[in-house]
Amino acid sequence: MANLEVKIHNLTFKNPVITASGTFGNGVEFDDFIDVNSLGGIVLKGTTLKHREGNNYPRMAETASGMLNAVGLQNKGAEYFCKHIYPAVLRYDTNVIVNVNGSTIEDYIALAEIINDLEAIPAIELNISCPNVKEGGMAFGTSCPMAEQVTKEVRRVYSKTLIVKLSPNVTNIAEIARAVESNGADAVSLVNTFLGMAIDAEKRVPRLSTVTGGLSGPAIKPIALRMVWQVAQAVKVPVIGMGGIMCASDAIEFLLAGASAVQIGTANFVDPQVSVKVIAGIDDYLQRHNFNSVLDIIGGLQM
Amino acid sequence: MNKRVGQLQLIKKIKLNYNNYLLEFKADSILSDIKPGQFVNIQIDRSPSTFLRRPISIYDVNYQTDTISLVVKIVGAGSETLTSTEPGSIIDMVYPLGNGFSQPKAGDKCLLVGGGVGVAPLYLLAKEMNINGIKPFILLGARTAEDHILLSEFNKLGEVFLTTNDGSLQVKGFVTDHEIWSNSLNFNKIYCCGPEPMMKAVAAKAAKLDIDCEVSLENLMACGFGVCLCCVTKTHDGHKCVCTEGPVFNIKDLEWQI
Repeated sequence: MANLEVKIHNLTFKNPVITASGTFGNGVEFDDFIDVNSLGGIVLKGTTLKHREGNNYPRMAETASGMLNAVGLQNKGAEYFCKHIYPAVLRYDTNVIVNVNGSTIEDYIALAEIINDLEAIPAIELNISCPNVKEGGMAFGTSCPMAEQVTKEVRRVYSKTLIVKLSPNVTNIAEIARAVESNGADAVSLVNTFLGMAIDAEKRVPRLSTVTGGLSGPAIKPIALRMVWQVAQAVKVPVIGMGGIMCASDAIEFLLAGASAVQIGTANFVDPQVSVKVIAGIDDYLQRHNFNSVLDIIGGLQM
Repeated sequence: MNKRVGQLQLIKKIKLNYNNYLLEFKADSILSDIKPGQFVNIQIDRSPSTFLRRPISIYDVNYQTDTISLVVKIVGAGSETLTSTEPGSIIDMVYPLGNGFSQPKAGDKCLLVGGGVGVAPLYLLAKEMNINGIKPFILLGARTAEDHILLSEFNKLGEVFLTTNDGSLQVKGFVTDHEIWSNSLNFNKIYCCGPEPMMKAVAAKAAKLDIDCEVSLENLMACGFGVCLCCVTKTHDGHKCVCTEGPVFNIKDLEWQI
């Protein structure tokens, strides 16, 4: 077996495969299907300071090689998280990362402070890229000054590994990545979903209750890969790549483009065992190509 | 037992009418944990148009031979591909999913109400009731006589009443137009599955007659096991996932305007 270990900031991951927020519940939903401990890390479902009911049904539309979602950060809030979800994930021997959301800077700060005190959570993923909430969310991730400000303010109160999750719905994603890097981000993860929409032509109505939603799945992979490649060249902090990864060779493409780790999202819906298959596939690839370590292929794209 | 990803072999395919098929699969695990009202989530072919799995309710389980039967109605690309699969093929399914119907109490007088392909999950329920000594009354509705499926199977399990929208078989109209509702049969439990307008009409009847009623919902879902949070329905306790907290709900918990 090749050495699959990677480092993001000062955090060690046993392999570069992490499951993406909103596609892996709180991990426990996957206990029937896989050994969650075999993963490099898991990012829990997006959390907000206060309970959120999320958007109305319908929240999902299948599209060509992908899907649109408009869940709208349904979650039970920080207090419930600390009381019920945190104790349930304590048993995992993997990096458990909390995805932190807010409508205001104050919300982000307050939630980051709460999560900072949870000993078993070594990192947060600051979500400035949710396309499905009316206030905040993506607004923070699509403007350089706002991305800078929220990163700077959260950095002040959060002492562990700070990952900032970027929106692809921008003109120049490398610029946003540099903005959060210079304001204290320890790593960036990208991409969140692309804003899209679908229409039921027969009924002449939108397929989503919110009209627009976030597009994910293999449909977005080439664009996500291009963005990861651009950002990896623009920043010094580690990049976590995601967007439509369905198999090991997809993941390897992201690593070659410069990602230090990858996240698997929508594929978890299609195959709840995909994450462990990707890990095995990366190992197989490294052995076939005589690499001792996954580090040998990160950014290894030959031009 | 646990939810699992299984490779099941299609062993029998029967065309029930112009757009419904009965598919029987040999499972790769023991099925003793499957309850009436649960469903499977089937991987079609991951082609661009059928990228996500398709949830389909369980029609029957043979606990001796570990076979599972589904009724598939052709509604789009997924069901089209699935029903054109030939026996012998291996199909990838995540199963068993969902909560299932509640067990009736001994002596309960049960009415099962099914519409169209929605009759499917009621079959295993009726079978289990028979094992427990309950003969249910079964009210099935469809657009035309031809749309009624599996009647001979339901006839074995209880007294069957039919409606058709066009009057081509038994009572003309919707299930709620049937005289069974005005008879003093004193049902104390109704189980219902079918198109949502039909279930809402049945729920309204049940609420008016003060009869406990469970309905099986079918919302669009991506995962089927409670992580995508796409298939929610509104309940008095907030949004609930149809895939894990349903598909069966008691109407008293739903925020239905009935």
